Amino acid sequence: MNHTLSVFVEDKPGVLARVSSLLARRGFNIHSLAVGPSHEDGMSKMTIVVEAPELEQVKKQLHKLVNVVKITELEPDQSIEREVMLVRVSAASGRRSDVLEIASIFKAVAVDVGHNSICFQVAGEPAKINDFLELVRPYGVIDLVKSGRVALARDTKGKQPRLRAVN
Amino acid sequence: MTTMTGAQALIKALEHEGVDIAFGVPGGAILPAYDPILDSSIRHVLARHEQGAGHMAEGYAWATGKVGVCIATSGPGATNLVTPLADALMDSVPIVAITGQVPTGAVGNDAFQEAYTTGITMPATKHNYFVTDPDEIPQLVHEAFHIASTGRPGPVLLDLPKDILNATTTWHTPVDLSLPGYRPTVDGHPLRVREAVEMIAAAERPVLYVGGGIIKANGAGELRRFAELTNVPVTTTLMGRGAFPDAHPLAMGMPGMHGTYTAITAIQKSDLLISIGVRFDDRVTGNPSTFAPHAKVIHVDVDPAEIGKVRVPEVPIVGDARAVLAQLIEAWGERPTPERTAWRETVRGWQRDHPLRYQQSPDGPLKPQYVVEELHRITGGDAIVVAGVGQHQMWASQFWQFNHPRRWINSGGLGTMGFAVPAAIGAKAGMPDELVYAIDGDGCFQMTSQELITAATDGIPVKVAIMNNGVHGMVTQWQRLFYNNRFSASQLGNMVDYVKLAEAMGCVGLRADSPDEVAPTIEKSLSINDRPVVVEFVVDPEEMVFPMVPAGGSNDDVILGPTERVITAASDLP
Ligand SMILES: Cc1ncc(C[n+]2csc(CCOP(=O)(O)OP(=O)(O)O)c2C)c(N)n1
Ligand SMILES: [Mg+2]
Repeated sequence: MNHTLSVFVEDKPGVLARVSSLLARRGFNIHSLAVGPSHEDGMSKMTIVVEAPELEQVKKQLHKLVNVVKITELEPDQSIEREVMLVRVSAASGRRSDVLEIASIFKAVAVDVGHNSICFQVAGEPAKINDFLELVRPYGVIDLVKSGRVALARDTKGKQPRLRAVN
Repeated sequence: MTTMTGAQALIKALEHEGVDIAFGVPGGAILPAYDPILDSSIRHVLARHEQGAGHMAEGYAWATGKVGVCIATSGPGATNLVTPLADALMDSVPIVAITGQVPTGAVGNDAFQEAYTTGITMPATKHNYFVTDPDEIPQLVHEAFHIASTGRPGPVLLDLPKDILNATTTWHTPVDLSLPGYRPTVDGHPLRVREAVEMIAAAERPVLYVGGGIIKANGAGELRRFAELTNVPVTTTLMGRGAFPDAHPLAMGMPGMHGTYTAITAIQKSDLLISIGVRFDDRVTGNPSTFAPHAKVIHVDVDPAEIGKVRVPEVPIVGDARAVLAQLIEAWGERPTPERTAWRETVRGWQRDHPLRYQQSPDGPLKPQYVVEELHRITGGDAIVVAGVGQHQMWASQFWQFNHPRRWINSGGLGTMGFAVPAAIGAKAGMPDELVYAIDGDGCFQMTSQELITAATDGIPVKVAIMNNGVHGMVTQWQRLFYNNRFSASQLGNMVDYVKLAEAMGCVGLRADSPDEVAPTIEKSLSINDRPVVVEFVVDPEEMVFPMVPAGGSNDDVILGPTERVITAASDLP
């Protein structure tokens, strides 16, 4: 089962290596890991999607790292999850319009257009990105890269659950 | 402000932390740090191998409760430290390791004697530092000592490039620590503590299962008070020997693979396991799904990750063992001490029917258990005992009576052969007025015996009993039991003249190979205090350690001796 963890860490050299090596050593599978600066100086935020039957152990072990300050588990319905994908789709002149049509539905942006291929940038919910990918796959995916998931908790104070569903 | 080098700041910072002794081996990258040691109050002990230096720091820490310090150069010096670091991490031993590194500009270029020390030691330390600014040295040293010695103790490493050691700096007195991600919990949650007390009062067959956490927290006094107050029998793990006096009527000895029948069975029959400073190690639990099947569990540990890792407790209490025991005593309050007549009588029955045993015939081969018992008798038990890893370690733990904490030192979690000699040296260096007696195996001894040269040179008169059975005894035991007596690569042979070897290293060498020689030889060893003494006991190579719960087996299924197998029946219940 995949879990999304938001891990607030001190921005110290080696902190990424510490986190990833700890997860590997304890036998937890990293599905994706994204890291960058946070709202606080000297602190970074990692979004880790981890596959682990025992999430408590993952959290407790991560907490043992001196540079890890806070760990929050993000429930899918109470958080915003986003990913960016760059995907190069084979698009010979005859099939170009079909591909572009799918792209426009998904608000995928053509960021590089070549003679036989188009590279799209798609951003959004991981599920949406996967849907797009499945739809263009039959045309031939030549190359692909994903950013890894980033996520933040929603501001749920005083809101009804259904209002929160608005993106 | 007076200027100094980074190296001088480092040594001053160590003095500032109260370091009186360091164990190490110099080399190119760390040389700048060695020069100011000459002008410092720190005694440096020149080990013969960095692994030895690391285990010495561990032995020092085990015996004194203070942080042990070891120093090594870059590359091979640092990689030689990996074993003691991993050992200290497993056994929660507070040590600080200082390593030299190639100059900052050369890092990453495969420079001479470069190794990625912080990377290699990341999973073998509680925390480590790559130092990039000489001004930060005192603060980082301060942090390192704090992290090593607080919470669940462990090893911390500081890697210092040579140019940082040579750089000019000034002294920056360490300021208050700012470690937002490191705040160990000391006191247990009061609600949980009350819950625990209620359960203990209501339990019919409670067992205190305690380990190294009690010793690390200096909580032996509180443990004893609490055990007496609640009248609960106590089992002390290999790491916790001495946390509770073996001579006490409530003591049941060690649990686990080579534990006493009583401790193993009491846990299996228990309805409440009060676990303090233990981690449900597989050498204790065997197959965890059959471990203490009737028991509710209270688990006290300073490391939250240990709670629920193997067994989910009914009452989890994160906190320092001593602090939580004090809370438990307080919460127990004026309640009367329960009689627990039936349970105590059942336990006594097991003790009576299944004591630890062995047979020493007057003219037969010398039994290692007899040597341990004689050592205990003649010294009055007044010694720090340091063991290697193997059968001799189990016999030492089983047949020595430990009545005080910090008088038993061994490699529990990692099981590091070669631990005993250097750890004994570290212990003796830290506690020079105590008798320090290592009980080592011949295989272990051959891994690190050269450190006796260190002991002889530096005037650290340890004593080492070698249980010479000519084999990797623990390996042959498994080969006897599980590999059809096929002794692959476990025969050490009898090439070594240990008396001569000892003498060649500046020690006194003695030998005993029959039961009647044991006592006089031990007496002789105790009369020599100006040099290290090595005593070779030529012991029976066929002797096996019992009781035994085979690895991964159920604790209900204890092998009591070479020809017996006892399956404890549920009808044993009181
Ligand atoms: C460094 C290391 N290598 C290998 C082992 C595996 N091992 C465990 S006990 C043992 C035999 C120990 O022999 P010895 O020191 O003679 O002790 P004995 O069991 O004979 O008392 C071995 C090889 C180990 N624990 N540590
Ligand atoms: Mg042996």
